[in-house]
Amino acid sequence: MRTIKTAVKTCVTTAALTSAIALSGAAVAQEYTIGVSIPAATHGWTGGVNYHAEEAKKRLEALYPDIEITISTAGTAGEQANDLEDLVSLRNIDALVVLPFESGPLTDPVRRVKASGVFVTVVDRGLTEEGIQDLYVAGNNHELGRVSGEYIRERLDDQGDIVVLRGIPTVIDDERVQGFQEAIEGSEVNILDMQHANWNRDDGFEVMQDYLSRFDNIDAVWAQDDDIALGVIEAVRQADREDELFIVGGAGMKDIIKRVMDGDELVPVDVLYPPAMIATAMDLTVQHFVSNGPVLGEYILGSPLITQENAEQYYFPDSPF
Amino acid sequence: MSSVMANNKTTDKAANKMIKQKGFAIDLKTWGPFVALAVLALLGVLINPAFLGLDNLSNMLTRSAFIGIIAIGATFVITAGGLDLSVGAMAAFIAGVMIILMNSLVEQFGAGLTTVLFGVGASLLLGLCAGFINGMVTTKGKIEAFIVTLGTMGIYRSLVTYLADGGTLTLDWAVRDIYRPVYYGSFLGITIPVWVFLAVAIIGYILLNFTRFGRYCFAIGSNEKVAEYSAIHVDRIKTMTYMLQGVCVALATIIYVPRLGSASGATGVLWELEAIAAVIIGGTMLKGGHGRIWGTVVGAIMLTMIGNILNLTDAISNYLNGTVQGIIIIVAVYLQRASWRKTGP
Repeated sequence: MRTIKTAVKTCVTTAALTSAIALSGAAVAQEYTIGVSIPAATHGWTGGVNYHAEEAKKRLEALYPDIEITISTAGTAGEQANDLEDLVSLRNIDALVVLPFESGPLTDPVRRVKASGVFVTVVDRGLTEEGIQDLYVAGNNHELGRVSGEYIRERLDDQGDIVVLRGIPTVIDDERVQGFQEAIEGSEVNILDMQHANWNRDDGFEVMQDYLSRFDNIDAVWAQDDDIALGVIEAVRQADREDELFIVGGAGMKDIIKRVMDGDELVPVDVLYPPAMIATAMDLTVQHFVSNGPVLGEYILGSPLITQENAEQYYFPDSPF
Repeated sequence: MSSVMANNKTTDKAANKMIKQKGFAIDLKTWGPFVALAVLALLGVLINPAFLGLDNLSNMLTRSAFIGIIAIGATFVITAGGLDLSVGAMAAFIAGVMIILMNSLVEQFGAGLTTVLFGVGASLLLGLCAGFINGMVTTKGKIEAFIVTLGTMGIYRSLVTYLADGGTLTLDWAVRDIYRPVYYGSFLGITIPVWVFLAVAIIGYILLNFTRFGRYCFAIGSNEKVAEYSAIHVDRIKTMTYMLQGVCVALATIIYVPRLGSASGATGVLWELEAIAAVIIGGTMLKGGHGRIWGTVVGAIMLTMIGNILNLTDAISNYLNGTVQGIIIIVAVYLQRASWRKTGP
């Protein structure tokens, strides 16, 4: 009895809300406002996200005059929750593209946005509850690990000693490492040690220095991330052991892509986990309003191996990342 | 009292050791950090013989130079009863400005020594100014040092992020090649950063223990009111400690930039806490009035050593690194305090 009552209540409120939004929408005559909420540019990858979001905004607004895009950036999960409230109440958005700072704390705020009748696209870090978003756009962390592992395995002919520099202890990091370990399973590629380098150059440098003094022979390094890789490169250079090993990073930082393009022996490849995925998500969200086909479900980007041959198409010299 | 001591003797090995050493008239307030360092080094050797490798020792000392130099500055600030939380962000900001400046000077002066010297000069000037601001706002503005430097920490951190567009500032490659030896080069088999560290430590030691400025720092930290009545220019001396801290940060940044040739919002995160930890491990009191430079040096080396030892073994889960570091820091300070409490102030 009570459930029926609540169901009716929800139906009524939703109907009221939808009609209210439809009315307000009609008043501005077919104009769509899309809110984009992303973490502030506090380090390399999020800096790239900010750059690509701005670029996509310019491009999309020029292409579709009736689409308006507002971008807000937040320094913490709490700030982002406030941003979401503001986007709905002040900007009256029709669609939300959100890259959650953290999955757990933002699940409920995004659910509330969704409940107000907004089309929701979630990017990269998923929500902890299923069925809230209309569209999910993400890179593939498991795949990033797998592709890296396969490349190292192939290049080493199924045998050799490697070291791994992990990121910050998180789900993303675990998924990558799991994919990597699955890829080298059954081969004689031996992981000498794994340590966290926190997706940070300084830590990458220090952890690699210690590996180099600890192990006399290292055939390859999986740095997991390009920021770590840059620290690793310096440590290897300092120890004068460039000829003995190669380094595989990940993400697609311009400095590393440039090295791959130039045929650097030390960094022969990179594995993509692009900050430009925010642009993909914005494109798809706009398509929901302008195309005649359905735009729903999941859109998982590939994690291709970037080699000297294809590096150019992943190179954005103007991006801060 | 004697029963407590007897009790300690039987139950606590460490305390036992201390009491014995007191028999030999060794002042544990001074030597505590050195004993702790020796124990830690022994642990390192037992865990992995590579610990004693010349390369490893050199890497470790060179690494500890950043925090060490900053911590020497912090010793003055803390001894005089102040606190500076902005040092990590300040280092990142100075590094960012240095890189931008040097990159823009390449066109004019080429990638040569002049460009690098301009960068170094700018670093020292910025450090001095930043310290002056912290000092003036704290003393003339009569605002808690904790609050002032918390504020400037946020300012510098966001400024460097802004300058880098949220990405990373990278030093021109040609300039880097000139500048690189400042971190990677060595003199008489010892790397340049270690020499700088040593020089700063010696100067700091003399300044704190054998000059009027040093004595004033102790006096102000012990009791600011009394110091003021003793005709000490409290505001001036306190501001000078912040300026000294700024110069130390600038020096640390000068040897930091050639290491990776880059600066970003992630540069120098939590350095302020590491510096404070080094100072406290070294036997300086957080509430002021009592400072030890050599203790600080040892504290900085110990902090780096803990991270190094953890990297040299895979016996402890990575997730627990922070726990181990925390425990060692607390135990190290506890051992000093235990002896200190018994002898009285």
